[in-house]
Order: sequence, then C-alpha cells, then structure tokens
Amino acid sequence: MNNYLYIAFIPLLPLASFLVLGLFGRKYFKTFSGTVGTASLLASTILSLYTAYHYFFIDGKVNGVFQQIIAFKYTWLQFSPNISIDMGIILDPISVMMLVVVTFVSLMVHVFSLGYMKGEERFATYYAFLSLFTFSMLGLVLSSNIFQIYMFWELVGVSSFLLIGYYFEKPSAVAAAKKAFIVTRFADLGFLIGILILAFYSGTLDFGVLINKLTSIQSPEYLNITAASFLGASMLTWGLTLVFIGGAGKSAMFPLHIWLPDAMEGPTPVSALIHAATMVVAGVYLVARLFPVFSIDVTALQIVTYVGAFSALLAAIIACTQTDIKRVLAYSTMSQIGYMMFALGVSKYGGENGLGYMASMFHLFTHAFFKSLLFLGAGAVIHLVHSNEMKDMGGLRKLMPITHITFLIACLAIAGIPPFAGFFSKEEILLAAFNSNKLIYGIAVFTSGLTAFYMFRLYYNIFWSKEADIHEIHHGEGTFSMKLPLLILGALALTSGFVPIASLVTSDGAVLETHIDFGFSALPVLLAVAGILLATYLYKRENSKPQTIANSLGSLYKAAYKKFYIDEVYLFITKKIIFNLIGRPAAWIDKNIVDGFMNLLANTTAKISELIKGLQSGKVQNYALYFFGGIIGLAALFIYLWK
Amino acid sequence: MNLSFLILLPFVTAIAILFCNGLKQVRTVALIGTAAQFLLSIDLLFVYWKERTTGNNSPFLFDFNYTWFAPLNIHYHIGVDGISVAMILLTAFVVIAGVLVSWTQESMNKEFFFLLLFLSVGAYGYFISLDIFTLFFFLEVAVIPKFLLIGIWGSGKKEYSAMKLALMLMAGSGLVFVGLAGLYYGTNFNGERTFDLLQISQMHINILFQKIFFPFAFIGFGIFTALFPFHTWVPDGHSSAPTAASMFLAGISMKLGGYGCLRVATYLMPEGAHYYAWVIILLSTIAIIYGAFATMMQKDLKYINAYSSFSHCGFVLLGIGMLTQTSINGAVLQMVSHGLMTALFFAAIGMIYSRTHTRMVEQLGGLLKVIPFISTVFVIAGLCSLGLPGFSGFVAEMTVFMGAWQNPDQWYRLATILACASIVVTAVYILRAAGKTVMGPITDHHYNNLSDATWNEKLAAGILIIGIVAIGIAPFWLNQLITPGTEHIMEHVGKAITLK
Repeated sequence: MNNYLYIAFIPLLPLASFLVLGLFGRKYFKTFSGTVGTASLLASTILSLYTAYHYFFIDGKVNGVFQQIIAFKYTWLQFSPNISIDMGIILDPISVMMLVVVTFVSLMVHVFSLGYMKGEERFATYYAFLSLFTFSMLGLVLSSNIFQIYMFWELVGVSSFLLIGYYFEKPSAVAAAKKAFIVTRFADLGFLIGILILAFYSGTLDFGVLINKLTSIQSPEYLNITAASFLGASMLTWGLTLVFIGGAGKSAMFPLHIWLPDAMEGPTPVSALIHAATMVVAGVYLVARLFPVFSIDVTALQIVTYVGAFSALLAAIIACTQTDIKRVLAYSTMSQIGYMMFALGVSKYGGENGLGYMASMFHLFTHAFFKSLLFLGAGAVIHLVHSNEMKDMGGLRKLMPITHITFLIACLAIAGIPPFAGFFSKEEILLAAFNSNKLIYGIAVFTSGLTAFYMFRLYYNIFWSKEADIHEIHHGEGTFSMKLPLLILGALALTSGFVPIASLVTSDGAVLETHIDFGFSALPVLLAVAGILLATYLYKRENSKPQTIANSLGSLYKAAYKKFYIDEVYLFITKKIIFNLIGRPAAWIDKNIVDGFMNLLANTTAKISELIKGLQSGKVQNYALYFFGGIIGLAALFIYLWK
Repeated sequence: MNLSFLILLPFVTAIAILFCNGLKQVRTVALIGTAAQFLLSIDLLFVYWKERTTGNNSPFLFDFNYTWFAPLNIHYHIGVDGISVAMILLTAFVVIAGVLVSWTQESMNKEFFFLLLFLSVGAYGYFISLDIFTLFFFLEVAVIPKFLLIGIWGSGKKEYSAMKLALMLMAGSGLVFVGLAGLYYGTNFNGERTFDLLQISQMHINILFQKIFFPFAFIGFGIFTALFPFHTWVPDGHSSAPTAASMFLAGISMKLGGYGCLRVATYLMPEGAHYYAWVIILLSTIAIIYGAFATMMQKDLKYINAYSSFSHCGFVLLGIGMLTQTSINGAVLQMVSHGLMTALFFAAIGMIYSRTHTRMVEQLGGLLKVIPFISTVFVIAGLCSLGLPGFSGFVAEMTVFMGAWQNPDQWYRLATILACASIVVTAVYILRAAGKTVMGPITDHHYNNLSDATWNEKLAAGILIIGIVAIGIAPFWLNQLITPGTEHIMEHVGKAITLK
C-alpha cells in the first residue's frame, strides 16, 4: 500500500490560493493573481495525474479488481458513538477519474481566463473565487462520508453563487446567482432529509459502511429500511429518491433545471468550468457514488431513468430554438447530463449488466472536454463581438481560425460522429439503453439527432451564415493564453474517446469487455448526419427558411422558445403563493395578532390602572370618606351576618 | 482557578469607568477591561481542558461555595462545566466586539460603557452560578441595563421598545421565579430546603411538582430566548437598540434563556421536560418556520436580523425539546454559534447604518463597490446565518437536525422536516437582503464617498469571524468541550424517564 497522504494537497493547494488571493490579492498581487492561481492549480493537476497513474496502473488493482482505498480519515464532528462526520479521502475509479477531469478542466479555465479576464478591476477576486470553487469541487469528489459530500456540495453551491454573481453591479447577474443558489438549496433540502433517513437506518454516515449495510440483504439495517414504509414506498426508496433530488438540483434535471440557463450571466470561462464539466455533473457523481444501493432499489432507479431521459429530450428541444449562444450550450449540457443520468438508471451492478454505469462515467469524461471546449470557444467569440446573440455573429471563421476549427471538432464530438470522443461514449449509452428499456432507447436516439441539429445550427450561425462586419471588430482572436486551452481541449475532444474507460471505471471495479458494433451504431450516426445536413441546409447561408419553419410550427415553436413556460410557473409559485399567501400573512399575523395581543394586554393593564389610580388622590377628605364608607359597609355586613 | 474573577473584573472595570473623564479615557478603560476578560476566558478554556485531561471527572469544576443568606439556605455557589465555559467564551467575544464597535459613542459615553460592562457582569455571573437563586439574581442584573440602553441611546420608537422589552423580560423573570420557588419547596435535602443545583439534581422531585412548575420555569426562560408566542419583544427591542446593545441582546441575552431552559428547567425537572416535550417541539417548530417566513417580508435590516434570530433560536429550543444527546449538543452549539453570528450581523448593520443613515433594504444598493470590507463582513454573517459549511451555523444546525431525527416519534420527525425546510427560506431572505444591499447598482450617489471600516470596526468583526470560523472548520473542540456537560444532563433525563 502506497502512502496516499499527498492527495490532500490536491484540494488544499486551491484552498491556499483562495485564502492568499482573497485576503491579499487586491492589494499585493493585482494582475499577478492569475499566475498565482494558475500555478497552484497546475501543481494540483500534476498531483492528480500522478495519483491517477498510481491508482490505475500500479496499486489500485487487487486480483484484477479496483479497490476502494481510504487514504485519510479524521473524525470531524461526533454526533453519537456511531454516527460522525469524518473528513476523509476516498480513492476509487470514479473519484480518481473525477480528480483528473476537475483539475484538468479547471486548469484550462484558469489559463483561458488569464487572457479573457485581463484588465478586470476585480481580477484577484475572480481568481480567488475560481480557486474556492475548485477546492470545493475537489473536496466533493474525494468525500468518503455522505455528510462530507453534503458540506462540499453546499460550498460548491456558494462558490458558484459568487462566480455567477461576479458582475454584481448587474441586477440580472445578481438575480441569476440568487436563483441558482435558491433552486439548488431547495434540492439540497431533499438531499439533507435523504441523508437523515439513510443515516438513521444504516446507523452510519460513512459511504463504505453505509453501502455495505444497505446492500447485504440479510443485515438488520437492510431489513429495517425496506420494512419501514411511508405512503406506499419503502424508506430506502424515499431516502434514495430524496438524495437524488439533491443530485437533480445540481445537475439541472427537470424540473429543477431552471437555474442553469440564467446562470450564463457569469463570465464565460466560469460557465465552462461550472456548467460544463464539474458542478453540473455532481449529481451524476452522487448517484454513481451510491450506485450499489441504488441498484437494489428498482423504484428509485426508475425515477433516475425517467427524469434523466425526459430532461435530455426536453432540453434538446428547447436548445433548437434559443438564440443566445450560451443558453444553447446550457440546454445542451442539461441534455447531455440527462444521458448520463438515464445511463445510470438503466444499469445494474456488476459484470456485463454494469454497462450503463460505465457508459455514464465514460460520457461524463468525454463530455467534460468537448463541452468545456465549446464554452471556451463561445467565450472567445463573445470576447470578440461583445454579444451573446446569434444575430450579432456570423462569418467569423476567417477571423478566428483556431476557435473555428476547435469548435467544429467539439460539435462533431457532441453530435456523436466517429471517431470523435462523443461517439464512443454515446454508443455505449445507447447500447445500455437498448438492452434494458426500448422507450428510453427511442428517446435517446431521437435526442442524438436533435443534438446534431442544434449544435450545427449554433456552429453555422456563429461561423458561417452572413459575412462578418469587419469594421465592428477591433482586435484579433485573443491572446495565446486563450488559444492554448482551445487547442489542448480540441485534441482531447478528438482523442479522449480512445481512453479505455471500460477497463478502468466500472460499477464493480472489474474490467468490462466492450466492442463497437457497427450495425448498431449505424442508426444513431445516420440520424446525427441527417441532423447536420438539415442544419447545413437551413443555416449555412442566411435565408428566410428557419423563420418560415418557425412560423409554421406556431405555438409549438413559441412554447419551446419560451422554455415551455416553466419559469413562469415557478415565478407564480414563489411570488404569488409563497410570498403572498405565506410570507405576507406570517408577517401580518405577527405584527397584528401575536404582538397585538401583547399590546392589548399592556394597554388593558394601563387602562385599569388609569381607572383605579383616581382612588389614590392624596386628598385626606377622600380617604376619610373611603374609611367611613368602609366602616359603614362592614358594619352593615356584620349586622346582616349576625342575624 | 478562582471563578469570582470573572464577575469581579468587569465589575471593577465598570466602576473604574465612572471615574474617567471624556470618551478617550472611558473607552480605553473599557477596552482594557474587556480585553483582560477576554484573555481570562481563553485562559479558563485551557485551564478547564487541562483539568479534564488530567482526569477530573466531577461534573462541575473550580466550584466555590459560600453561604450567602443562611435563613433561606441561599449560597453563592459557583462552578463551571463545558457548557458554561462555552457560554463564557461567547460572552467575552461579544462584549469586546461590542466595546470596539461603540468606539465613537459620543453622547453620555460614560454611562453607556458603564451599563454595557454592568450587563456583562450579569451574564458572567449567570453562567457560573450553581445556586438557582444566585442564578436568578444575576439574570435580573442583566435585564435592567437593557431598558436604559435602549430607552436612552436607542433609535426609532425607543421608549415603546424599551418598555416592551423590560415588561416582557420581567414577566419572564416572574415566571422563572415561580418555577424556582416551586423547586425550592419541592426539595428536601437532609431535612432542609435548598436552592443548590447539584443538591436538587441528586434528589427526585415529586412528579406532580415537576408537571406544575416546569412550564413556569421553561416559559419564563423561554421568553428570553424568543419562545413563540412570547417573542414580540425581539424585533422591536433589537431594532431600537444601539448597535452594541443589539449585539449584546441577541448575542448573549437570548442565550441566557436557552441556558436556563437547559440547565434549570430540563436538568432539574427531567420528567416535566419529557411530559411537555411535544409542546416545546410544537412551539419551537412554529418559531423556526413562521419566523423564517416573517423574516422574508421585512424591509429593515435590523428587523430582518431580529426575526431571523427568533427563527434561529427556535433551533435551540427544538434541540432541547427533542431530548436526545445529539440534539442537546446541537442546542448548545446553536447558542454559541448564533450568539457570535448575530452579533457580527448587528455589527455589520450598525456599520452600514452609521455611514448611509438608513437601514431600509430598498434604499441601499451596491455597497460592495464602495465599502468592500463592511460588505464582505455583512455577506459572511449572512452566509453563516444560512448555514454554509465552514461557518458555525452549519455545524450547529446539522447537529440539531441529526439529533432531532434520532427521536423516533413520527410527529417529531415531521417537525424536524419542517425545521429543515427553513434552510431554504433562510437562503431566500439572506440572499434577498445581501443581493439588494451590497450587490446591484449603487442607489445613491452619496454612497460613492463612503469610507470603509476603521481599525476598531475591523478588529471587532475580525474577533467575531475568528470565533465563527474556529467552530465552523474545526467543530470537534467545541463538541468535545460541551459533550461531558450534556451527557451529564442526559444521564439525568434518561434516569428520570426510565424511573417512571
């Protein structure tokens, strides 16, 4: 066994960078802050790659099966003799893979931002927040305790709040940041109650013990949690579903996805980091982390499946109609995460049946690279034209050749065209779906056609369509620091499909044999090609065909463009119901009834004392009167009683 | 360690202030006195640790007993356990921060600082008392100065608020006194009645007595800690008080109630607590969720924090009502955490108010750009309030939830879920306040000329933030500190309940 303690430095380096930049950045580092943040993350990335190398190729495997290694554990808060929050570091295939993904994408974003954010007044703050986010995300990935993951989960939420609201003088950015935080917090409430349920029945918060106890059919914990039921579902189903709600909030699954498109108010590199590769896949990671338990509860797993598949389809339809390029990408992210979710949902634990799990992780891996590439490319475009709207773009391919080529590669990758990265992972997902649920398979194949269509609609609108208005544009493609990440990620979007995830990251740690069946792949690839051709026909040159189609679809198009009015529904619930029907009455009752009663009590006392204070007038005559009156009264009383 | 120094030092400082001339002398003396007290409290923590690690297992350490009033068997009996040490530390942190934020208090400065110090005498005495009559005495010492602080240096409808606060707290004290008297007459210790906490705890008080007098004691103390529906002094009192008094009121004074509910009502009348647990849980759940919704609609920053204190103190009572080891730990953690956090919040609001001359959320905006330090403090206090990990609020709330869930009653579970739901509402009102006040565009061009925090304000905020973060990132020390104390209480509760 190797000493894995150095892994603690992977999250701690960004934390140190956050503290240093947050406390002293504005005064002492200024423009040098970017270098500090990037350097610390470079070190983290190197350590992560080293960890991955060590884990996957040297000592992670025992008898051909990858083991779970607890590299470090410290009791942080003891609730009761058995239940405690431990700060630990867990190493298993998914956490090691995520380490690499998170540090690598974060490093690319750090480098890209050196150019993109140059000249910003709060440059140091930006890098401090970026480091804080990376720290939280790494902590989340490495968590060995379900409460530890919840803590980092919340930290990820708040650092995303800070980053989305980076341009805090813009009311729209503040609103978006608030929305993202509150929606995910609402989901986290589910997560928290889920933790309480699982912890109560399993008697532990430790992932290893918890999974062990709840998956062994004979254990008293398992028997208890499945025997107890509420509203017709067992407590195990409740616990897992509630935990999944937390995951669905962070991963922008329907109906908790409404924050994601608005979150695009943040600086674009931030979107590449948070809303493409890291935070939004946290929900997928959480389900994968608890997958052994999920796999024995059919109901919970089915909820995961259908929520994932529906989100994938819904987001793809909406993406076809949006005109803000970042929003298109946001919906595309939601759709792709839907793929990862339902891939987990159709999977089982162990062996051949664990294909979906592997496929989901594979897609998470490849998606991280091509989606962050798409966002960074979009960032470069926005940097140039100073707008997010498609109508301000067009014909940019000659002005920004590197962005153009890498963006094209990423589009092909996400569309699932061989041999680009997305093809391999998507094929595995489709195969897993095909093997278990034909309805899900149908949705998935249809959505992959839509994906190709909306991505190429985006591509043509940015780089072709009309001719660029050269006079409007004052500078070139961007600095070297902006081009370098595009090139590296472009190379990965091309090649990461060849990484043998099947033999590294599987549900039970054993190697999974997979092969590409060309007969099976033909349909989805053909559909994707059809989608691309349709997009080419409609959008390569500026014309009136798209408008005509939109008009002929009428209200359907409008509904999709308006995101199916889900935002309006939420607005109605929060503004009309929660504020007006709960908040306002609560405040009113407190002021008028509860406090009113106290005031009434005080006023009545005051009034009574007002009434009786006249008795103490200080006048001797009055007192004499009362005195004699009293005597006469008493005398009368005594005489009466005596009789 | 002689615990009487904890009372003596602030008392001497308060007297010394009376002989000072001018603001500079007054505040220097006040700062020296509170700083010495601060160090003394930290020293107490270490001495206490040392004593515990050397194996001293008696429930209360450093005790000292002196017969004060023999005919009624009243003793000046003092001593500390981990819970008291935690509360003393809290008091020391809040008082020194309070002195620092009042640094430029011009009008009647001598009287102001005198009352502030005098209040702290009451609080320290209260937390170390082991004789319930002495405890009651110190509780009263801590009420009267508040009336004056609000009535004289307050703002807005200060006379009304001061009167309301004093009357309601006095009513609370009255109820407490009935409860204590009931206890006294229920005791029979070697043929003698006693006020001594330890002696009472060793005997079994008649169950009927407990059922009658527990509500008096609990509601009485509960009024101090904003028990629904007796919380209405909180919003008015806090918002009319000057900054330091608000900090003291919410940070320490409300904790006097929680401490009393635990130390006197629950510890001495465990069967009463068990019998009335459902009432406590019902009222505290209402406080938590209804308080949170009421906070959402407030427009004045001080009202927002006052209502949120009402909601947060509900967690203290909920933790006590659930009567499990973990939930009571959570209640104590929440007292400490909320004390520090709300003091920080009031300090930040005070700093904003003294510059912008308004506390209305609607009128403020974009302060992060002009006064970044104060705005950051404000945001940190807000994040702590909404229970962000890394700050103390998270630790305390999660311990309460975890402990509450261990109580297997179905209805209590429902209450726990409702209490959990408040974390979402909290996020809404905190982000609403922060989003409008410190973020967004600057609403008034005068704000462009505001100056950021001065050294004393920075120091005050720094001290409180250190406390919050020390609990937030390393809660185990505080948890270990208080656990023997809460275990002792729970042992007692458990024994009494099984006996029945």
